Amino acid sequence: MSKISVNGKAQEVETPISIIELIKLNNVAQPEMVSIQLNGEFVNRDEYDNTLVSEGAEVDFLYFMGGGQY
Amino acid sequence: MDFTEDQIQRYSRHILLQDVGVEGQERINNGKVLIVGAGGLGAPIALYLAAAGVGTIGIIDGDVVDLSNLQRQVIHFTPDVNKPKVISAKEKINLINPDVKVITYQKLLTAENALEIIQDYDFVVDGTDNFPVKFLINDACVIAKKPFSHGGILRFDGQTLTYVPGSACYRCLFHSPPPPNAVPTCSQAGVLGAIAGMLGTIQAAEVLKYLTGVGDLLTNRLLTFNAKTMEFRTIKSKHNDKCPVCGSHPTVTGLVDYEQAVCDIESHRKQK
Repeated sequence: MSKISVNGKAQEVETPISIIELIKLNNVAQPEMVSIQLNGEFVNRDEYDNTLVSEGAEVDFLYFMGGGQY
Repeated sequence: MDFTEDQIQRYSRHILLQDVGVEGQERINNGKVLIVGAGGLGAPIALYLAAAGVGTIGIIDGDVVDLSNLQRQVIHFTPDVNKPKVISAKEKINLINPDVKVITYQKLLTAENALEIIQDYDFVVDGTDNFPVKFLINDACVIAKKPFSHGGILRFDGQTLTYVPGSACYRCLFHSPPPPNAVPTCSQAGVLGAIAGMLGTIQAAEVLKYLTGVGDLLTNRLLTFNAKTMEFRTIKSKHNDKCPVCGSHPTVTGLVDYEQAVCDIESHRKQK
């Protein structure tokens, strides 16, 4: 197991792990409503499959937020 | 500009601030700020900018005040129900501070009118409740090289980012609007009223920082908070070279009105 950071919190996962697997692992309810940053850089949605996260990486799930309407 | 005795008194707590002083207050009084949306975020933004003495405040909103707005849209009062929001907001701004010139636009911001409207302002504040207009504000401001503050709230969460030409824009982080059918269902939506105040006042502070040149703006970092845990985080972001609007090969070169999902209390009732 290796340590990565997800939304600022330490997480232990088997690396390398793809973004898509990490989304599943974190039980993101609506993956269409998050935008992913890997080490401070935006990851394109169609690259979630083949983008691998390695030890020490910082991943952030940025949620789309409107205005309470939805 | 020369301040009157009344103005010196009115703005004394700003003038006393070493970083602001008379000069900073003058910059505030000469500032022109456009607030898009006179709702949950627009209300505290407008109230604080009015109190601060921002010289010209533009407010654009096509809605009338609804009873369900009063839970969080603190610039509107019970007798204002059914009144156009921009009129209700203008009345309160003028009561707080007659120095402020208020320009109202009782309409929606659209791909057609956005560039023309924002060109008259120094700074634009996103106080809207939907993604199509959030992306429209971003694109218009990037294209017109206009600084703006993005704000979003949902349930118990809030997020905000400040853009100045060259810094990461909203699309650098969020690329394109979520598909309309992917947005949370009505039963998952809603917002704790005070969240709008928390986020709106942060956005108002960013405006005042921009106008006075004080401190470090929320550029290249997204501030997020969750009121359940009261944890705040800033997530460092970078200008994205592949950004569709401000990257090196932009695909968004004009403005578009995106489709928008409708979620109101009626459709919420139907779902149950």
